[in-house]
Amino acid sequence: MLEKLFPWVSPVNSRSEAKRRLKLILAHDRAGLNPQMIELMRAEILEVVARYVEIDPEEMELSLESNERISCLMANVPIRRVKAKG
Amino acid sequence: MSRIIVVTSGKGGVGKTTITANLGYSLARNGRKVALVDADFGLRNLDLLMGLESRVVYTAIEAMAGECRLEQALVKDKRQHHLVLLPAAQHRNKEAIDPTQMKEVVGQIAKTYEYILIDSPAGIEIGFRNAITPAKEALIVSTPEVASVRDADRVIGLLEANGIEKIRLIVNRIKPDMVQMNEMMGVDDVLDVLSIPLVGIVPDDKRMIVASNRGEPVVCGLPDSIPAIAFDNIARRLEGEKVPLLDLMAAQDNLINRIRRLFQG
Repeated sequence: MLEKLFPWVSPVNSRSEAKRRLKLILAHDRAGLNPQMIELMRAEILEVVARYVEIDPEEMELSLESNERISCLMANVPIRRVKAKG
Repeated sequence: MSRIIVVTSGKGGVGKTTITANLGYSLARNGRKVALVDADFGLRNLDLLMGLESRVVYTAIEAMAGECRLEQALVKDKRQHHLVLLPAAQHRNKEAIDPTQMKEVVGQIAKTYEYILIDSPAGIEIGFRNAITPAKEALIVSTPEVASVRDADRVIGLLEANGIEKIRLIVNRIKPDMVQMNEMMGVDDVLDVLSIPLVGIVPDDKRMIVASNRGEPVVCGLPDSIPAIAFDNIARRLEGEKVPLLDLMAAQDNLINRIRRLFQG
């Protein structure tokens, strides 16, 4: 009700949405990576990490960020436990 | 040493030609010898915005082919005698010239003129490559819209890859009332996303259309208007002067907007 009367009260304004979407797409544009390649990379990284430690594939996060025109690949892989040697 | 600056954007319709015309005029009025080069072969418009369309006899094509002398192809502005325009050919397409020829003709002009502003076509194909090859500096034009900012980012990458290091941004067509309402990205947002130095901001203004109707850059026809001051400021910054940014938001600081902002928290 209040938001209809005063649309500018809406917490998600289109200005911040524009910026958020741009930052995401530009990180991908700059790195020259499409979502399929990211997915492939994710699967391969997961495979390598899984050889050494026990992980939950569902919990892994892989994202591209871009700051000051430098793209950065961020992988967040929570480890359940280190595998026993041999 | 003359300054060779390409005005480019990636996306079309964001104001490259208008900005080229106004900056050229402003620099010439400050006593600089300025040549504007229209690199938009097949879709030339710089002559029209300058009001020089009826004076075009030869174009860059004839000058490059040796069918006329370069001086014959340079159209003199009717108001500023330090300002000339090298028109693009209208009945040829972008493949009519290549980057080497473009570099050669701009090099010729650089012997006489202090500033050469190259108006780039939209896109990133051959016409764009023709426009950027002779340039030592670039002005990127972007409006605060997602499509324009994304294309600008792509072009910045291409310019960097082509060894153009001095790349600066002009944010065009800002609507302060929409920024105030968080319905449009502000200059700071665009800067944060693109991460290149800012050389100026230009507000959206109806008078720009009137100026184009008349073939008279706004810095010439309406020198006291806000967009004209914005262009003059950019020209002065190109000259190395430190000029503070226009406060476009000042006019938005009225009672109603203050109350609205209270609601926004």
